[in-house]
Amino acid sequence: MITASQLSVWFVILALAVATYLIRFSFLGLLDAEKMPRWLERHLKFVGVAVMPGIAAPAVFWPDATGGDPDPARLLAALAALLVGIWRRSVLASVAAGLVTLYAGLFLLG
Amino acid sequence: MPDKNFSSRQAFWLGFRDALPFLLIVVPFGLLFGVVGKEAGLSLLQVMAFSGLVVAGASQFTAVALLTDHAPLLIVVLTAVAVNLRMAMYSAALVPHFGRAPLGLRAVLAYFLIDQTFAMGVNKFAADPGMSLGQKMAYFSGAFWFMMPLWIIATYAGSVFGAAIPPEYALDFAVPICFIALSAPAMRSFPYFVAGVVSIAGTLALAFIPFKLGLMIAAVLAMIAGAQTESWMKRRAQ
Repeated sequence: MITASQLSVWFVILALAVATYLIRFSFLGLLDAEKMPRWLERHLKFVGVAVMPGIAAPAVFWPDATGGDPDPARLLAALAALLVGIWRRSVLASVAAGLVTLYAGLFLLG
Repeated sequence: MPDKNFSSRQAFWLGFRDALPFLLIVVPFGLLFGVVGKEAGLSLLQVMAFSGLVVAGASQFTAVALLTDHAPLLIVVLTAVAVNLRMAMYSAALVPHFGRAPLGLRAVLAYFLIDQTFAMGVNKFAADPGMSLGQKMAYFSGAFWFMMPLWIIATYAGSVFGAAIPPEYALDFAVPICFIALSAPAMRSFPYFVAGVVSIAGTLALAFIPFKLGLMIAAVLAMIAGAQTESWMKRRAQ
């Protein structure tokens, strides 16, 4: 239960909101598209695949729900989402494969 | 897209439609945040302010968890902000696409910048290099306006009607599946695949670094690996 005062909670919400917005605006607001060096652009193409698999990885290998122990259903679901996503090049197919495998795995493997 | 002359209105609805799969992600995640916020003792208005003003689920959960643990306020804010640092990279990666828009529009597009709109946008813009600035902005906005109302409604429903959701429902796993689904389609191309593998290996190896900053270091290494692989393949092809 949160015991911080109402004012403190509002401070956290507003500070987080403002800081997050400024992070989102940062380069988009300040960087001149004409002056962006070519080498930087060649690297920034990879931002999505450089960040997102890394966000998923700890939750896949060490899920909080099992206290950090690897869980076969979650590992299989992640693998299914990855392989189907690469194969079909489709977000929908990937999400569907991941969720179906997850619930089938949890049901069958307990 | 077969027709290069499609209107911005069509691009908006295309983005809206392409965001449909995230119904399966945004709704459980929003419900979960509503429930967790309520259980932690936040008022309905506070829960809604989190989802409407911060619009970044993972950092919202972090802030609520730290507030529940009675962490000092500055630590709460800094830790939750650190979770969102990845968005600076998204922001930079969108400059080649949106950098020529007027400042006011860029300020609005920054509010629309979430993981899903970013990944959908750059995937679409890479697949369809002929898209105009207007079409790109409309597509990006369409994706946002599909997800934002769902996120708000799900948060509200979770906070008002939700009781604790049993862990057997494994709602926690909607989020990793979302990030895999967002990045997998691009990984069909080998340099992107290499970047993805480096991202996974790097984040796991650097998990000991506090504030999840290992993720950022791994991301930089992954971008270098991807760009190097790409130029190596180009040289070999010549």
